[in-house]
Amino acid sequence: MKGDLVAGVEVHADRDVCIGAGLCVLTAGAVFDQDDDGIVVVLDEHPADVVAARDAVANCPSGALSLTEE
Amino acid sequence: MTAPPTLPVHMQRNGFDPVPVLAELRDGKGIERIRTAFGMQAWLVTRFADVREVLSDPVRFSNARLQEAGRPPGLPPVTPEERARQLAGNLLAADPPDHTRLRRMLTPEFTVRRMRRLEPRIREIVHEHLDAMERHGPPADLLAEFALPVPSLVICELLGVPYADRAAFQERTHRQLDLRVPMEDRLEAGKESRAYMAELVARAQAEPGEDMLGMLVREHGHDLTADELAGIASLLLIAGHETTANMLGLGTLALLRHPAQLAIVRDEPDRVDSAVEELLRWLTIVHTGTAKMATVDTEIARQPIAAGDLVMCALPTANRDPELRTDPDRLDVTRGGVGHVAFGHGVHHCLGAPLARMEMKIGFPALLQRFPGLAEVPGTATFRSFSIIYGLTSLQVTW
Repeated sequence: MKGDLVAGVEVHADRDVCIGAGLCVLTAGAVFDQDDDGIVVVLDEHPADVVAARDAVANCPSGALSLTEE
Repeated sequence: MTAPPTLPVHMQRNGFDPVPVLAELRDGKGIERIRTAFGMQAWLVTRFADVREVLSDPVRFSNARLQEAGRPPGLPPVTPEERARQLAGNLLAADPPDHTRLRRMLTPEFTVRRMRRLEPRIREIVHEHLDAMERHGPPADLLAEFALPVPSLVICELLGVPYADRAAFQERTHRQLDLRVPMEDRLEAGKESRAYMAELVARAQAEPGEDMLGMLVREHGHDLTADELAGIASLLLIAGHETTANMLGLGTLALLRHPAQLAIVRDEPDRVDSAVEELLRWLTIVHTGTAKMATVDTEIARQPIAAGDLVMCALPTANRDPELRTDPDRLDVTRGGVGHVAFGHGVHHCLGAPLARMEMKIGFPALLQRFPGLAEVPGTATFRSFSIIYGLTSLQVTW
């Protein structure tokens, strides 16, 4: 999916800040998961679906997710 | 005795919509000093971006320090011990890191994966109640036959609360949330709820079962006091049946009055996720959630706010903000997404949201498929205004 117009991104998760709301899994299930304690796990640090990843970061209630442009 | 309060502006609705004066406030100044249901002054924040800003900053806007605002006028004082008991385990009255500690004990029970494991049982509960409604025959009260019992039974099983006790705890919840009930009686209902829950906690401590109370006792029994356990369980019980019940009731009425939208929910399973998010956004049954106290002198919507001021977030106007959705007052179940604030935002974002979503995703299509001719009995739908959580008091349906 990487093209001239869609830059790649790298996603980060702060597991200390995460409250386990799980919206990231609903929004971008290929990028994020929850461990047995409900805390976020990044499955794919360089997701192909940048739109879904951005959406998940924007909607994270606790602000545990962030994203850097590559 | 305190007089029954008049309905404060942030709880006023025009059917499904926030009253025009609130939309005007959002589209104008954005923030206004209002009088709360408890007779105190507070800032009402109405825009989506401002609401998200307040809710995502527990350092500047504290839930725990709300207690420092003092008790509403006209109430007898309580002892510090009683106060501590009232607040123990109440996640909504805690800030990080206390809040984080309590919440982390509960998150494993509400993961997306855990909810998928619950799905078959929820489906079974939904169908059992639809069977009963069918046997009952039309007309039936949708709230009594379906919208209330389904989430009640689900949360009872999940928590480990005997379903047979539902009439008593539902009555207490109504008393706690109904603003027409004098404050003393509402506090008394809260006390009764905790006493009831303390009994269940003692039972779980003696013999922990496979339910959530049992899990909390087994895995966190040394970290939590009996008061904290009772507080957590009371909050989950209230939040678990009252909110989803009103979404199911009010959501059904909204669909019945928008037949094209209803047909999509009934006939297009791929759209159900989006439909549930749109109904949550459009109805926003929690008017404001918990008030907060500003901890420092600050500013929201260009309005200076002094340390110690109370701040409330108007969730319905935020969710109808044109900044969030184009043509926000239109119900369009094909365009829902998770960005709304119907479950709040920030660290207090609804713990039970995945469960509520699952119940609605199963409940709405199952109801509409079972009764394709479902219709309201004209003139029977009554909106419930004087409650912390908006909804319906009754809805007679036929099919």
